[in-house]
Amino acid sequence: MEFGIFTVGDLTTDPTNGATPTEHERIRNTVAIARKAEEVGLDVFATGQHHNPPFIPSAPTTTLAYIGAQTSRIKLSTSTTLITTTDPVRIAEDYATLQHLVDGRMDLMMGRGNTGPVYPWFGKDIRQGLPLAIEHYALLHRLWREENVDWQGRFRTPLQGFTSVPRPLDGNPPFVWHGSIRSPEIAEQAAYYGDGFFANHIFWPASHTERMIGLYRRRFEHYGHGTAAQAIVGLGGQAFIRRNSQDAVREFRPYFDNAPVYGHGPSLEEFTAQTPLTVGSPQQVIERTLGFREYVGDYQRQLFLMDHAGLPQKTVLEQLDLLGEVVESLRPQFEALRPADVPSDPPAHGSPLSAAPVEAAPAEVRS
Amino acid sequence: MSRLAVVTAGLSEPSSTRLLADLLADATVAQLGPDTVVDVIELRPLAHDLANAFATGFPAGELPAAIEKVASADGLIAVTPVFSASYSGLFKMFFDVLDSGALEGVPVLVAATAGTARHSLVLDHAMRPMFSYLKAVVVPTGVFAASEDWGSGGSVVGELATRIERAAGQLAALVSGRPAGRRTDPFEDVVDFETLLNS
Repeated sequence: MEFGIFTVGDLTTDPTNGATPTEHERIRNTVAIARKAEEVGLDVFATGQHHNPPFIPSAPTTTLAYIGAQTSRIKLSTSTTLITTTDPVRIAEDYATLQHLVDGRMDLMMGRGNTGPVYPWFGKDIRQGLPLAIEHYALLHRLWREENVDWQGRFRTPLQGFTSVPRPLDGNPPFVWHGSIRSPEIAEQAAYYGDGFFANHIFWPASHTERMIGLYRRRFEHYGHGTAAQAIVGLGGQAFIRRNSQDAVREFRPYFDNAPVYGHGPSLEEFTAQTPLTVGSPQQVIERTLGFREYVGDYQRQLFLMDHAGLPQKTVLEQLDLLGEVVESLRPQFEALRPADVPSDPPAHGSPLSAAPVEAAPAEVRS
Repeated sequence: MSRLAVVTAGLSEPSSTRLLADLLADATVAQLGPDTVVDVIELRPLAHDLANAFATGFPAGELPAAIEKVASADGLIAVTPVFSASYSGLFKMFFDVLDSGALEGVPVLVAATAGTARHSLVLDHAMRPMFSYLKAVVVPTGVFAASEDWGSGGSVVGELATRIERAAGQLAALVSGRPAGRRTDPFEDVVDFETLLNS
């Protein structure tokens, strides 16, 4: 099972002292966080993609390639790659290049993005978010599997005899996850292709995540990629850890209360009861995380959000030390509970699963 | 058997808004039959959960159960006090957190209370457009009760009693004429991907 961190890449003022990192600091800090993640034994570092303030990761493959050069083991991924507003041809080229540079040590996660004004900046319309995600990915899927692609769709200029270069490393396209907070259609899309499905998990109640994953698993089996239990599932998580749980609560509360996504709403206690956020001791985070499998089944990737809401870099790095301990304890516990026929890890470059034949190559999209 | 949801945004105790809601519910049940299930949703106890839902983007606490009652109802009675020439903010917050389509095709009886009859157009200038946007079917008669419509001790006098009867009859007729099982479940009734791909 893979454990890692995912970052939104927000530039947020520390509510306890009013300090805001510069873009330069935040970008350099992001690299340091990724290196620290590898150092404490995590498996995955994933970055978001945003094109508006207060976020910094507008060029994720640049950042990931740089991190790739400074690390040797950790897998690089995204959370998410904007399949709606990014040209699928550019995604094919950028991520195939990254795949070559890091010798296959990467995958990526498709997402739609939810900020209306961003879409028109890239010539798109948020009301077409879902059709964009479906058509763009259908094209990306072909670009990595076929040479001389003829293609025509609703949202992009047609392609005639187009070959996306570089070709995927060793002919193996990068593994793809589809991330969604609340759209059943995205779970259906992931199931259709036999790709991974990643439930954001952290911004909605567990009951909702359970239904999304249940749908994905059922449809994964329906499309003949394996049994429902063998579907490739990833989950988000969120934790703030101190040796003593009271210390964790006291230290994290001002960051929670002022967090851009959920601040000024529910209390920390309400939100930790309603969502996977865990603020407490390493043992509390271990127990809570192990509990996720009770409603989503045995899964392959667990990512934690650790560096948001204005937390100082020093604190984030301390958190990663503690997370490393948590993960070390979680690994054998998750594996002890996993049935033999359920894969521990998602497909990786060169792993047997990644060589599985591509059955569900979609027909050409016609408008 | 029909399910009736009653949403009332009254704040005081006792509340004339709740009183009007109960009178409308009783009159509707009298038409539909005693096996009608009535779920009354008081919004005041949900105020905190509603504010949280705006901050977090998802309903929690007592709110999901209340939303489910409304979304699964065959008919809705919605009653609000008039605040600043419109429905109350609390009333609007509840309908803001419903999933789009939750009220599509659902018969709705709109009603409001205020201190003076000069607010009575709130039914047609505020409530009716909102429910039209939500694709609900608003019954022709709305019920407005000003202070002067209540007799002593909360008894209903004159024209108000007549309007309650008329509105309840219109709601009951629409509810009993609806086919059962209107809802689809996006997790169960999944749209096949080939359909998504070619749409």
